Order: sequence, then structure tokens, then C-alpha cells
Amino acid sequence: MTSSRENPAGTAYTAPETLNDAVIRIAGNSQDGIQSVGAMLARLAGRSEMEVMTYMTIPATISGGPSIFQVHMGSGRVLSAGDAADILVAFYQHSYDDHLESLRDGGVLLYDSTNVEPDLDVLRERRITPVPVPMTSLTIEILGGTGKKKGKNIFLLGLIAQTFRLDMDKIRRLLAEVFGHKDESVLRNALLALEGGYAYSIGDMLSFFTFEEPRLAEGEAAVTKVTMTGNQALAYGAIAAGIRFGAAYPITPWTEVMEQLRCDLPGYRGSFIQTEDELAGIAAALGAAYGGVPAMTGSSGPGLALKSEAISFAVMAEIPLLIVDVQRGGPSTGLPTNVEQSDLNLALHAGHGDAPRVVLAAANVEDCFHLVIEAVRIAHEYSVPVIFLSDQAIATRIEAFPFPDLTSVVRFPGAMPVIADSYKPYSLDRITRHLPPGSRILDGKYPNVTGLEHDESGHPSANSKVHMAMTAKRRTKLEVLAETLPCPEVRGPESGELLLVGWGSTMGVIREAVDRAAAKGACYSAVHLRYLNPLPPGLEELFRHFERVLVVEMNDRDTNGCGQLARVLRAQYALPHVGGITKTDGLSFRIGELLSRIEETVDSRPSAAGPPAEPANFSH
Amino acid sequence: MVHTVNDTPMCAEPRPPLTRADLKADRPTWCPGCGDFSVLAIYHKLLEKKNLPQESIVTLSGIGCSSRFPYFVNTHSVHFIHGRILPFATGLSLSRPDLHPIVFIGDGDAYSIGGNHFDHCARKNVRLMVVVMDNQVYGLTKKQTSPTSPVGFKSKTDPWGSKVAPINPTKKLVSSGATFVARTAASNPNHMLEMMEAALEHDGFSVVECFSECVQFNPGSFDAAVPRKGGSYPPVPADHDITDEEEAYALTREPFPGYFGIYYKVDRPTLNETETGLAADPVSDSDPDAVRSRLEASLRRLT
Repeated sequence: MTSSRENPAGTAYTAPETLNDAVIRIAGNSQDGIQSVGAMLARLAGRSEMEVMTYMTIPATISGGPSIFQVHMGSGRVLSAGDAADILVAFYQHSYDDHLESLRDGGVLLYDSTNVEPDLDVLRERRITPVPVPMTSLTIEILGGTGKKKGKNIFLLGLIAQTFRLDMDKIRRLLAEVFGHKDESVLRNALLALEGGYAYSIGDMLSFFTFEEPRLAEGEAAVTKVTMTGNQALAYGAIAAGIRFGAAYPITPWTEVMEQLRCDLPGYRGSFIQTEDELAGIAAALGAAYGGVPAMTGSSGPGLALKSEAISFAVMAEIPLLIVDVQRGGPSTGLPTNVEQSDLNLALHAGHGDAPRVVLAAANVEDCFHLVIEAVRIAHEYSVPVIFLSDQAIATRIEAFPFPDLTSVVRFPGAMPVIADSYKPYSLDRITRHLPPGSRILDGKYPNVTGLEHDESGHPSANSKVHMAMTAKRRTKLEVLAETLPCPEVRGPESGELLLVGWGSTMGVIREAVDRAAAKGACYSAVHLRYLNPLPPGLEELFRHFERVLVVEMNDRDTNGCGQLARVLRAQYALPHVGGITKTDGLSFRIGELLSRIEETVDSRPSAAGPPAEPANFSH
Repeated sequence: MVHTVNDTPMCAEPRPPLTRADLKADRPTWCPGCGDFSVLAIYHKLLEKKNLPQESIVTLSGIGCSSRFPYFVNTHSVHFIHGRILPFATGLSLSRPDLHPIVFIGDGDAYSIGGNHFDHCARKNVRLMVVVMDNQVYGLTKKQTSPTSPVGFKSKTDPWGSKVAPINPTKKLVSSGATFVARTAASNPNHMLEMMEAALEHDGFSVVECFSECVQFNPGSFDAAVPRKGGSYPPVPADHDITDEEEAYALTREPFPGYFGIYYKVDRPTLNETETGLAADPVSDSDPDAVRSRLEASLRRLT
């Protein structure tokens, strides 16, 4: 059916399009409330049978500056925030100029005609349907007074609800929840703006563009989902993990984790304090952990660097501690609001001396909840600091994931004071389990916890044999841990031409890339690492089953040509066919971008491929 | 054999009083004649006198000669890193109100590398007792200038004599909001015990600034405060109002050796108090179902 009504570009369509998977990009300024409308869309999607994933950028300035929010919702498995948008909403001319590229050919441009003048020739050429809506003036008209133009994000929500035929009752309920606790007039205005947007006639866009909300297959049970950002998930995960004390200093993008815990922990007889600096943050957390209370600190790159002396203490004194690093672009102040995975070296090595610690990395928002519970378990079972890596992309994006089964996941690893006949804090016979002060030691010998090299009782000793034995003790426990770790799951065949290795927030994109390549006949496999130190078993053998292994990561290749994880894996397994794909633009990988990078890399050195022959002394 | 405290009430059976023998630990490694021996002896005496349950005492320190302290007293103890023991003790104090954390540090820890933490612990009024064993020199590293070394002090880092003004500890402590500030000297054990006892009894951030002579690298530095060496040990005047900040400042301005005693003592809510009252109906880990319900309710709001 051909569109009967002329749109400004005169774009004509021959067939209506049905989408079951849609990417909406909203571009405006940071004060326009596009994050909140994006978050509401995400929560709506999470309340239906839809999967949802979002992506946002915020400027590093205090107020103002261009900002976007992208929502990817649909049926089936939504793995990434999506590449090209089906709909671009442009509030300003710069939003249009900067983001038209991200709109797919044949997509819809919804723009505020008060502020934006699109180039109609370009739109025609790319079969883009322009939908002009005077959002600013209409919102003012609906709400009255120029001060009310803030409601235009809710007006937009109404427009989007109309476009995608979203359930308006659900939206009204959501608005009531979001604004219900504020002044009555706030909710009333929000509802007015919503209805205004919903009722505004955007012509026959719907005739060629329909969104099918996914429905449950017969016999399929509805899954209750929670919708939140990675930082929120990390905070709630920490509570589920049993964390009852935290101390930290604000730094982007880590800050929301501490804000959330500051508000929530008192409800669990816990406390999260804002300290005078990063050093005090980790020191106070260590003090609580020494007291037997599960404790954490956290930061972003620069702050983790500052904490490094105390990390070495935690290793030496064998104190369980969760240390979160929500990575951002570095070095130095770097790119505070962009994504990068360039703190892996720091996480693995921060500190002086031989200081083995555990490093885990979350792959998505759901991981921020569940994997942090695992991190705290390891910290307590092995009396060791665990560094938990997230990144700016996970921290700020919103995902829906199944409501956690709290009966099985909630843990209480706190150590109560005990009465013991005798106690050696650093016994060489076993893995240290920290005994909190308040414990009564009946033989009358109370333990020292110390950063000096020490004997089994914690007394200082510079004896060579003691130092060798204690150094080995602190290392061996991680070797014991490594044996218990699960082999990572391989997506795709377990042997073949190419294995992609990822860690952190790239998981969704890598998986979508593998799926998309498979649809085109290319057979790639992928494995995603959550345990980065110690490494899980089985990796070396897995790598040997592929002609080429490429580690995909958002950091720079070093002077030897390797990204940070690639270098670790090459050093660990001495396999020359392990290479990498890196990038440093401060943005998440897009699927198309990753696929072309893979093709380029594979094409560039075809003869270098192939695992080395197994050495004679290699045994499984 | 290990019992949890919940199973077996710890103080069920009557206990003999804490003795010097109970508290004895490693032989101190300080130089003969060091003022720190006297501080240690008085600490033992304080613990004997207060007769606190031995397991509830936590002796904490940073880095330096004085910070070897924890090894020489048989209590739960922590020898932490340089400068950061105050925030460490803050975390312990906030999360374990049943314990008695007592910090012993030197002038380097307190006023130089950890100076920032001193200001903030004072401002926040953390429930914590701190004894600063001030010898006006870096002794463990063999004679460098400390933040309290006087102008003209010759050290390996100032062979021509220090040219910068030292920190005035009591003035700094009063101005940053410490609610208990006292000054004493290791050469006067009875006075030291009196000050430590008052500090231990104070509910808030209590600091005892204590001269402790380094006989090796700064001998005779405190002779002006030792009567048997021709000096004087003037007590804080009897009419001094310890709750008056201006009067406290007046004392801090006295020339060396200055006054000894309690300069300042006021009551202000502690961080420990204000942190515990933040939630109306907190749930406890001893009721796991309540914890799960609380978390469930938070997550339900995000569905």
C-alpha cells in the first residue's frame, strides 16, 4: 500500500513493515529528561514479554550538552543496544545533524519541528519518513506557560506509545508510580502531556510501521522481570551478597552505586559512608571487614589506582573485601563519561609486591546482580580481596532480567565472634578464614593482623623460609580456587576457524555478531570470560581447537600489538595464534563495526593462522 | 573447638581480672631509653585498671617506631599501612560497636601522611581513642624531619636545620572539631594514665597528644617539660573551661613546653550514633526472611 498522505520528504512506501524488534534513539540535551523517558520505556518493555536493552551517553558537563538515550526492545533475545535505529527522535538541529547517521535507511525521523529543519533530499534518498511534530509548542499549549516545556519528554512518550501501540494503562500506572510521591500537579501535568502526545495525529505512519508486541507461546509461563541499570543491579547484588558496610568517595560512573547503598544499607542495619578520599574509602572498608562485617569499597579507574597500597595490605593480611571498579576512559581523568575496558591491567596488578587477588568482570546488568554475590562468596571463602569490574556502558544501561530467586541467592557471609581454644590467623595448614575481633581465645594468645611479613601467629618475621612459605600460601589459595571455577561456555562449535574471546560489556555485541555472521554462512564461535584472575580451567585446550583466537576488547593494543586481556592470555598460554581486536573511541562496539573488524583482521594475516603443534611435554 | 558467641554467652562465667601477665606479648624492639616503653607500660596499666573483656580490646597502629605497639600487647591487634589507620579504625568502630578500638600512632602518621584523615575523623566525631606518640622526628627511618620538628632541627633531610614552621597539634585538633583534646608526656606516667583514662571514657573522637622522646635521634627534645632535668610541667590552669573553644585556643598558643592536661572536651553526637538512626525499621541478618522480604520489596519497585 502506498502512503496516501504526503510527508515532507514525499517518501512513499510500497509495503507496510512489521517490526518485532525496534530500536529507538532519542537525541536531545541532558536536561530534556530523555533519560527518564528512556528509562520508562525500558521499564514498560520489561513489564511486557519484551526483552529490553538501553544505551545512553551523557555529557561530562554539569548541566547541558548533547545526550542520547537508545532503547532496543523486542521479542526473543535482545543482546545489545542495537546498531541502527528504526526511529530517531531529534529535539534539536544538532541532534538531527549528529544522529541521522545512526538511523537506518527506511527508518522514521520524528523531530521537533519547532527546532529542527531536516534536509529533505537526504531523507528521500535514504527512504526515511520524516514526521514533524511541534513538540515544544504543543507541550506548552497543553500545559500552559513556557516553564512547562519540561513536559515534552512525556509528550514524546505519548507519541511513542501511539507509534508502537503500547499499553496506555500500563504507562499511566508507571507515571503514577514515578510521580505519585510528588506534588499532585506534577502527576496531573505528566498525564496531560502523555495524553496529548498519544492523541496527536502523526498521520499514516502507522499504516506502514507496526510493532508487534511479543506474546507468550502457548504453555509458556510469564516471567516476572526487574528493570534497572547496571549500577543499581550492583548495589542490590551487594545487599543480596551480604555486604553490610561500605565506604567510598564519589567518582563517575561509580557514584550511583554508593548513592544507592547509602540509602538502602541502613535498612539492613548496615552503613555506607562517604569518606574524605579514596584511601580512606578502602581503609574504612577494610576496618569493617576486619571486624567480620562483609564490606566493600568501589571507584572508577583513578580511584582504584589510589587504593592500590591498601589492596596489597588486604592480600598480605588476608582480609576479605569487595572492590568495585566501574571503568571509564583513561588514563588520568581521561573520558569520565565514556566506556573503556582499560583498567584490566590495574585490576590484575594494582599494588606492590607479589599480591595475588581475584578479578571478576560483569558481562551485563544481570551479572552485576548475580556475579557480585559470587565475588563476595569468593572473598570470604578465600579471605582475599576481589576486584569486580563493571564499566560505564553496563553502569548506565537499563536491562530487564528475571526476578532473582532470593531464597537461593541471598547470602550471609558475615563472621560472628567465636570462642576458640587457640587461633593462628595465618596457619600454613589451611586457607585462612578470617576470625573477627571480639573472639575469645582461651589459650590467651590474641592474633595480630598485619601488613608486615609474619609467621602463622601474625608476628613479624623477615625469615626467608617464612616469607617463601607465606608468599606461596597467598598464591596457592587462588590455584585452589581456579580448580573450582566453571569452564566458560562456548557459543557455537567447539572447534573451527575463529574463536572470539570477550570480557565485560561486549558480550551482547559479540553474540549478536556471531549470530549475524552465522546467518550469512560464516561460522564463528565465542567465549566470554567472567573470571579474569585466576583464569578458569579449559581455556588453553579450547584455544588449541581454533585456527585463530581474537580477543575483542575496548582498550588499546600495547606496543606488542595486544589488548590487555589478549596480552594476559598470550602470556599465560604462550599461544601465538591468540590476537585481538581493540578500539579506543570511547564507545561500545556496534555489531556491524565488529563484523567488519573481524573480517579485516582475518583477511590481513591469513597465513599466520593456526594453533602451534602441541609441545611434547604438554599433558592434559 | 570453636563456639559461636551466640551459642555460648561469653561472659557467663565469672572471670579473673585482667593482669599484666595476660597482656604481655612480644618483647618490645624499641631502643633502650625510648619514651615509648613508658607509653606501653601505662597502656597495660590502663587496661588492667579498666578490666575490659580482653577480646573486646583492639589495639591498632600505622607505621613507625610507635606503631610497633600492637605486637607488644596481647589483644586483637592490627598493624596497618602508613597514614590510614584512622579510617580503618573508623570502619571497625562503626561496624562493631561492641569493641574498644584504641589507636597508637606517631607524629608522621597523625600529622603528615595521614593528616587529612585526622581532620575528618575529628569533624565526624568517630567514637575512637587515639594516642599520638610524638617524638618530633622520623625515628624508624633514622632521623628525617617530622611535621612537628621545631624550626632549626637538624636531620638527614634538613642538615642545615629545618626552616618550616611545625604543626601545632592541639590547635589543629581543636580547629578540626575533635571533641576531646589532651596533652601529656611519657616522662610523666601518672599524668599520662589520667589522660588516657579520660580519653577512653570520652564518647567521641578523643586524642591524647603525648611527648615520647626519641633518645637515639632527638635526645633531650622534651627536657624543657621534665622537672628533674630542670624543666617544668605546667598543668592546665584550674580555672580553664574545657568546653570553651576560645580558651582551648589560648592554651595552644603557649610557647614550648606549654600546658599539660585536657585542653578541650565537649559532647557532640558521634558518627556512630548518627549512622545508626538512619532507617526507621531496619531488618537484621539474624532474621534472614526479613532481609529477603526487604530486598524483595525494593526489587518489586523495579518490575
